[in-house]
Amino acid sequence: MTFSDQSSKRQWAPTCCLQSLKARAEAYARIRSFFQERKVLEVETPLLGSSTATDPFLASVTASLSLSSGQPGRQFFLHTSPEFPMKRLLAAGSGAIYQICKTFRDGESGKRHNPEFSMLEWYRPGFSLSQLMSEVAELVIRVLGIEGLQIKHLSYREAFNQYLGIDPFSASDEQLRQMAEQKTGIVSSEQDAVPLNRDDYLNLLLTSCIEPELGAEGNGSPALCFLSGYPASQASLARLAEDEYGQLVAERFELYIQGLEIANGYFELTDAQEQARRFQQDNDQRKQMGLPQIPPDQHLLDALTVGLPACSGVALGLDRLLMIKLQTNTIEDVISFPVERV
Amino acid sequence: MASYSTSEFRSGLKVMLDGDPCAVMENEFVKPGKGQAFNRVKLRNLATGRVWERTFKSGESLESADVMDHDMEYLYNDGEFWHFMMTDGSFEQFAADQKAVGDTLKWLKEQEIYTVTLYNGSPLSVSAPNFVELEVVETDPGVKGDTAQGGTKPAKLSTGAVVNVPLFVNIGEVLRIDTRSGEYVSRAKS
Repeated sequence: MTFSDQSSKRQWAPTCCLQSLKARAEAYARIRSFFQERKVLEVETPLLGSSTATDPFLASVTASLSLSSGQPGRQFFLHTSPEFPMKRLLAAGSGAIYQICKTFRDGESGKRHNPEFSMLEWYRPGFSLSQLMSEVAELVIRVLGIEGLQIKHLSYREAFNQYLGIDPFSASDEQLRQMAEQKTGIVSSEQDAVPLNRDDYLNLLLTSCIEPELGAEGNGSPALCFLSGYPASQASLARLAEDEYGQLVAERFELYIQGLEIANGYFELTDAQEQARRFQQDNDQRKQMGLPQIPPDQHLLDALTVGLPACSGVALGLDRLLMIKLQTNTIEDVISFPVERV
Repeated sequence: MASYSTSEFRSGLKVMLDGDPCAVMENEFVKPGKGQAFNRVKLRNLATGRVWERTFKSGESLESADVMDHDMEYLYNDGEFWHFMMTDGSFEQFAADQKAVGDTLKWLKEQEIYTVTLYNGSPLSVSAPNFVELEVVETDPGVKGDTAQGGTKPAKLSTGAVVNVPLFVNIGEVLRIDTRSGEYVSRAKS
């Protein structure tokens, strides 16, 4: 009998092979020694939160929990990333920290997505975004165990110019819409209460036409591609800065390997008021989209008010990194039991 | 009528798109870490056979298409319509027009069983079985002794289809044809 089974015959069996379990254990050991050498502290924070991410495009899994038996349950959330509690540790004076944990994103299921997935997240006080990108590259090379991986840096503007011949900052909304329709066959339904906006079209073009080209050598073997300088409207929790053209951009990067989005990093926002504004913006957009309001995480805002040290932080998808390591394009090949088998 | 959301799109699901019934072939969930989720979907337009690649915002839905495949026996052509009969014992008959019969016309043989796709109760398309056996009605005389070695010639079959056959084939012989490639397979075993 074989160890794993992806057919529907043996639903109890894992979908990944034994070699894949071993590769994960080995990767985690390498990550832990990498950070130990650099004196970055491993931490654990709760998976449960009384609040959660406000991002309109992240849906949290809810959990009901009562604090004493017999009491009615109260609603909690399973986190979509450990960002908020880790920032609270930083504000309390932890210094550099990392965490390997599970995260949950409702409704995300597919060849490259499982609603429950493994994340490596770390924060580096005093690091600039480019220092953090170098460290990400070193870690990824250590985990993959491939020497001499090519490392490429591309700005958001350059990527759109190179692969689509369009400037993502100066192109009109109409130009982006037309290009997205032509390249992806996007069906914009007219009765849609929330029509696609500029950022949606940019994301669609990025994921359909640019991502697949990023992070590969000419022969298709893996390389690292860091994309940075995102539109300010896609800053999420990153600070804003002007680029060399005087354009306001987000101090945010994404790492791609063989067309897979592997990591997302920020030069972190530390301004409590600006953070509160962004929570509000997200909730305004949620309201428009008919999504539930998420109460702003007051603990995070209080921590930011006390003071988060200037830092850069990054979240890296460990399942995706293992997919690269094992050269598979299906997430089922690297996790023991995907959501259909839990 | 029921409708299906992008997360329910599975291979084989029949949905309506731009007024035409389509069958879902592939459905890929695409979502950047930050931003709107989309589904990249490949569909076959069942009216034209053409393959469409479309992208949908995740969570959008399409109406289901009232499309069903049935095994039916081909009966006869009345000059305008091709008549088929259900093989489920109901003897129910359906008339397919030229558009529905399409390219399958050249493989249509009486008493043979075809797959007729009904859309809202009328034939939308007719597909042939993978193999049919048809008689040669026109070809150059067979070359004796040449049984195995290369060389082909055109032969016209009883349905009007022209296929390349080995040189030894004669008029009146029944041949087994692969309808997917339109190629000669063998002489039919009688």
